[in-house]
Amino acid sequence: MARIQKTSPGAGSAGKPAGSRKPAKRRIQKPRATAPTPQSTNSTKLRPTAPIVPPQSVAGRALTLVVAIMSFLACLTVGAVSIVWDAADAWQNDLVREITIQIRPVDGIDMLREIDKAVALTQEFPGIGAVRALSDAETKALLQPWLGEGLDLEGLPVPRLIQIIVDDPGRLDLIQLRTAIGDNISGASLDDHSVWTARLSAMAGAVVLSGIAVMALVLASMILSVVFATQAAMAGNRDVVSVLHFVGAEDTFIAREFQRHFLVLGLIGGISGGLCAIACFVLLDMVTRQTTGQAGSDQFSALFGSVSVSLPGYLGVFGVVFIVAVLTALTSGLAVKAHLAKGD
Amino acid sequence: MIRFENVGLRYGMGPEILRDLSFDIAPQSFQFLTGPSGAGKTSLIRLLFMSLKPTRGLIKVFNRDMSQIGKQEIPILRRKIGVVFQDFRLLDHLTTYENVALPLRVVGKDEADYRADVMELLRWVGLGERMHVLPPVLSGGEKQRAAIARALITRPDILLADEPTGNVDPPLARRLLRLFIELNKLGTSVIIATHDIALLEQVDARRMVLADGRLSIFD
Repeated sequence: MARIQKTSPGAGSAGKPAGSRKPAKRRIQKPRATAPTPQSTNSTKLRPTAPIVPPQSVAGRALTLVVAIMSFLACLTVGAVSIVWDAADAWQNDLVREITIQIRPVDGIDMLREIDKAVALTQEFPGIGAVRALSDAETKALLQPWLGEGLDLEGLPVPRLIQIIVDDPGRLDLIQLRTAIGDNISGASLDDHSVWTARLSAMAGAVVLSGIAVMALVLASMILSVVFATQAAMAGNRDVVSVLHFVGAEDTFIAREFQRHFLVLGLIGGISGGLCAIACFVLLDMVTRQTTGQAGSDQFSALFGSVSVSLPGYLGVFGVVFIVAVLTALTSGLAVKAHLAKGD
Repeated sequence: MIRFENVGLRYGMGPEILRDLSFDIAPQSFQFLTGPSGAGKTSLIRLLFMSLKPTRGLIKVFNRDMSQIGKQEIPILRRKIGVVFQDFRLLDHLTTYENVALPLRVVGKDEADYRADVMELLRWVGLGERMHVLPPVLSGGEKQRAAIARALITRPDILLADEPTGNVDPPLARRLLRLFIELNKLGTSVIIATHDIALLEQVDARRMVLADGRLSIFD
């Protein structure tokens, strides 16, 4: 800005302006008597510069609450997906670490000898921890619900089972083991529970996809709410936008001014929702621990394990809070630009 | 600096409210734009300020054909033009100081760099003691001077003032007029839109008279 020099507006005299005169030096002089000394300039205290767009005119508590609720729901979804994912992972691990050999009775073949051969053969494979043929008593116990007490295994063609505990699933070559068992043991087949693990994987994948879909819907609702709120804020600040335009503000500057408010709003809403969700997770964990041993909770634990949100779940909550804040700011910025473009 | 050639303007499908306007705004010139109420003075000011596009004719602003100026360039060109509106258009939630500093803020200047200049200008227009006050507390004359200060803070090449004395008493109107003359002497082209005959009689300057959508110029 020009230094203000020479005469004050009140001191000048009216007359024809000199259109042909050489352009004067663009420094407006101020009378010496009123010239502010550096001391007087510095001594004037100013309040911290107020935001160009008044915060109270942008969006009220309602939008913050909407963002908080959406963030809360998105965080709950992340937590639920995390619980199911962990449970599915645990089930899969248990299944992968245990495989079974079934030996069916074949005419003319001594089944007990085949069992011993199968146990010996299996133990030679790398990655195998323990191999154990189910005893007569255990086999009877397995059949008892269907065939009743006092079962004579010698008189019935009952298949026998060999339980194999896998120490290191990475080292075990299941295909080779299956081939070896099939080739060398009469009436034997290997069951690695792959049908179950495939189903569990599919279920876990479906739960994750559903979680992503729910989160996408929640975030889409939030984005629409922010778009409406931004449009309302723009309408409410039409005068501010008009003034900013005629003082030479670019659309990006105006969008940034609005965006700043929405980023703060998104952060407040997102953090509030995230904290509420974390409180829910902690509460769920506490309730689960306290009810351990009760009939219902034991079945629930058998299905879902510890029913507590793991570290990735909590990290997911922070991710949701970040996404909510960034989405709120970005959406409002784009909505302002679209509004300004439409106004031209 | 600004050149109009056969410019016409109509709103929507309505009648043409400005017809065949041809004139130049020379550097460091001073002119009044006058005419009866509703003659189109404000529309012409808006055309000069690139806030409206003509329905026909050619407008050159700083040697640039307005029809060729991109949307992104308009704010940059507007920074060379200061505007004082009849209704001041001060932002009520900002202090006088913040309102005057607004054009510098939108170009990204740091407050520490412009603080002294803004204070100096406010003192020059007689608002040194009112810089912390919000516009609703200011009188009409004070608002007018704050609006003028805001238009001048970026040292514009052209100053457009729409009825700048419409809300002030005659002594203050004379003071404001002297302020515009002083600015013009310092190199700014000034265009004052007014229908205040008393104001026109005080200065022997070029007069652009709008009537029935047509412009007559008296040098």
